[in-house]
Amino acid sequence: MTENTRKARGLRAIHLTVLPIYLTTLLFVVGPMAYMIALSFMTRAERWGVTAVFTIDNYINIFQPIYLNTFVQSIRLALLSTALIALFGYPFGYFMAKLSPKWRKAVSFLLIVPFWTSSLMRLYGWIIIFRANGTLDGILMGLGITGEPLRLLYTYPAVVVGMVYVLVPFMIFAVYSSAEKMDWSLVEAARDLGASRLQAFLTVSLKLTLPGLLSGVILTFIPSMGLFFIADILGGNKVVLVGSVIQEQLMRSRNWPFAAALAAMLMLMTTLFIYLYRKITKVKDLEGLL
Amino acid sequence: MNDIILELRGVKKSFGQTEVLMGIDLTVNRGEFITLLGPSGCGKTTTLRIISGLDMPDGGSIILEGRDVTYIEPDKRDVNMVFQNYALFPHMSVEENIGYGLKLKKRPRREISDEVEAALLLVQLEGYGKRRPNELSGGQRQRVAIARAIVNKPKILLLDEPLGALDLQLRRQMQIELKRLQKQLGITFIYITHDQEEALNMSDRVAVMREGRFEQIGSPAQIYDEPKTTFVAAFVGNANIIAGIAGESGDGNIAMLHSGGSVRAALRDKTVPHGQLLTLAIRSEQIEIARDSGQESGLRGIVKEKSFAGGMLRIAVELGSGEEIIVSRHGINSALKEGERVVLDWAPGDAVPVEDVGP
Amino acid sequence: MKNRTVLPNLYIGVLLALTYVPILLVIIYSFNASRISSMWSGFSISWYGALLRDRSIFDALRNSVVLATLASVCAAVVGTLGAVGMSRVKWKANGAVEYISILPIMIPEIILGMVFIVFFALIGIPFGFPALVVGHTMFCIPYVFLMVKARLAGMDKSYIEAAKDLGASELRAFYDITFPLLRPAIISGMLLSFAMSMDDVIISMFLTNAESNTLPLKIYTQLRTGVTPKTNALCALMFAFTLLMGGLSFWVGRRAQNRD
Repeated sequence: MTENTRKARGLRAIHLTVLPIYLTTLLFVVGPMAYMIALSFMTRAERWGVTAVFTIDNYINIFQPIYLNTFVQSIRLALLSTALIALFGYPFGYFMAKLSPKWRKAVSFLLIVPFWTSSLMRLYGWIIIFRANGTLDGILMGLGITGEPLRLLYTYPAVVVGMVYVLVPFMIFAVYSSAEKMDWSLVEAARDLGASRLQAFLTVSLKLTLPGLLSGVILTFIPSMGLFFIADILGGNKVVLVGSVIQEQLMRSRNWPFAAALAAMLMLMTTLFIYLYRKITKVKDLEGLL
Repeated sequence: MNDIILELRGVKKSFGQTEVLMGIDLTVNRGEFITLLGPSGCGKTTTLRIISGLDMPDGGSIILEGRDVTYIEPDKRDVNMVFQNYALFPHMSVEENIGYGLKLKKRPRREISDEVEAALLLVQLEGYGKRRPNELSGGQRQRVAIARAIVNKPKILLLDEPLGALDLQLRRQMQIELKRLQKQLGITFIYITHDQEEALNMSDRVAVMREGRFEQIGSPAQIYDEPKTTFVAAFVGNANIIAGIAGESGDGNIAMLHSGGSVRAALRDKTVPHGQLLTLAIRSEQIEIARDSGQESGLRGIVKEKSFAGGMLRIAVELGSGEEIIVSRHGINSALKEGERVVLDWAPGDAVPVEDVGP
Repeated sequence: MKNRTVLPNLYIGVLLALTYVPILLVIIYSFNASRISSMWSGFSISWYGALLRDRSIFDALRNSVVLATLASVCAAVVGTLGAVGMSRVKWKANGAVEYISILPIMIPEIILGMVFIVFFALIGIPFGFPALVVGHTMFCIPYVFLMVKARLAGMDKSYIEAAKDLGASELRAFYDITFPLLRPAIISGMLLSFAMSMDDVIISMFLTNAESNTLPLKIYTQLRTGVTPKTNALCALMFAFTLLMGGLSFWVGRRAQNRD
């Protein structure tokens, strides 16, 4: 037996292991994505379906004020949510890394449980809190802070709270995983060399946990662009996001080419962010998430 | 005539651009304890992996008991390996680890448990069968790894720096035990180490490797006392290397002319034409050192530094040429002071002419 | 010295507590006697009874569980084989395929739902259960793949070599050594997949049909059109189930850690 026959035989058997992921990826990720892009350049048929006539009208349509506005609104909401998530999540993840191993385990368990709980249930909880004469009103009016119901449900702030609430664990885990790896003696060294606590934090800790913060930003910004059901449930029809428009174009207006163009646009922005994420953090896996 | 169990013929191996083995030849006799000795990166582990079948050579062949096994899978060779990090399966008990090879050979269960029991006894781990590898100390894991290999009665046992992770005391103890095991079982051992003391202590033969080639193969005594090259002399014997010009000595020895003076060396079976470059290896403890009082023979130098290590006093002497020679003595006291002018000399038989292959 | 850690710990405690407030409220109101869920009018477990008598919720639950099981099993097979295979077969496209294969959890779900609906219509995968299984499997694969990959990266190659050296064939070494060592990672990946599938709204919304409602879709519809404490009761039961799953995966993870 020569080396070649041995190699050839070994190769054939092991090929079968990678085949499924190659095939499923090709068929159910690459295929659909490619078709979406193709579709976005096609024309909507008179009554139903599409015709393969090339057009860029779908993309031009996006720039109509009404649609452009939803993009702007989506980005604004995503940016605001992400900023708040970073504001609340970063200190949490950072402080969590300073806990004793036993407490760290306990806290991460307590964080994972809601994370695994149906997000709809958790949003439902906020409906109970926000609705007129709900829990929040009850507390505020009971304390005499407000005289009448705030009517927070179906408002922009309610949507922001929902977004922050659902996505903040991603940020916490991302920051935590990089803060946990940090060598705390570096902070002590900075303090020893004369840095104040704030200076030590800004020059050492923040710099070293920046990859975690950045990956947290990407991990929350991207999904926040598409979580239209949070806006639906907590915002009623007052907050219209790209996701809602795509859904409406798909399910009700049945204008698939336009929906495809919207999705392609969203995809483009997302890919840009993923690219930046990998470029900046050089992290390949979502360890912070898992 | 010795009974040859394994032969390597012109074995070559490259990883990408780096040539790791440059066509090595080696014959191993049945029942022998042979050690491949060399610094890290010299190709000794690759050689072992090729013998085991875990790596394929790019050229050459491996003959095991007269059969060409060059491209035979590792599971089809009667050769077992003790891995450097032991590679004990963490999800199996000690028993299951040791019995794994026999289980694969589909031996009856009764027989397996008997053999495992015997192997545990052999490595002095009776009663540890039910434990998991992570419940054992480093030395115990080492024994399990050995038991796991020898229970299969391999034709050759390959050991890849098996004692590397143990502390010095445990190492010494395991060296003796391994040697005992090898004698008792009569299995051929091919052992890898970068520790010259370990190699010289345990082996019937030592093969010194360097940059993908064998530099010298021989008994520990040959390697230690008659190094062929500057590399073997320096790596195995920690010898000083001094180069000069060969000259006439008039007493059957050869003289070496050096800017620091002239010294003599026994020629042995070598011939070095006068006027040629001559390189000598001389071990530090064999150098005689004395105050410079106008002696006729010897190399002149200045004491640069004295230090005490491992029960020996090391005296560094700088020759006029800038070369540094290390002289060692038992005990801590020496009348010589730093900066003092001294003369170095030795008995001609202690200096060995070697081939200069660089450090 | 002490008060330096008091504030951070307080912060963690308060935020954790806030996290559980909405969940607890949902559970508390599941015991509300009143039908109008905004008013507390006494303790009752009657909604749990009503829940158990509701056929349509049972159907949705069954659909969701079967779907999540199928998707996580398929994902476990494809993801594990893929991660193991890619560590052995060094094809040039591996990097690209890996990058693309984890896109489903990287891009906004709405895009995935969108591309699935148009593409499945094109190639004729029937909407309803078949489309749901394919869709859910695709976003579950990355979880298993990434977990197994991370585990493989931390695994000593010499285990496999030792097995081969002791006489195991490639397949046997996988069965005896690689697979048992990967099992905790595979199980965690499957549990995560299961939870993600059980919780999915967006993809399911696009791929479902009238006959195959899933539990999240059912709750979603109720949240938009009007809820009764029956929904609270359902959520409370789901939470109990999640707690069980969470504990289980934590335990599996701990056991795996103890082994190393």
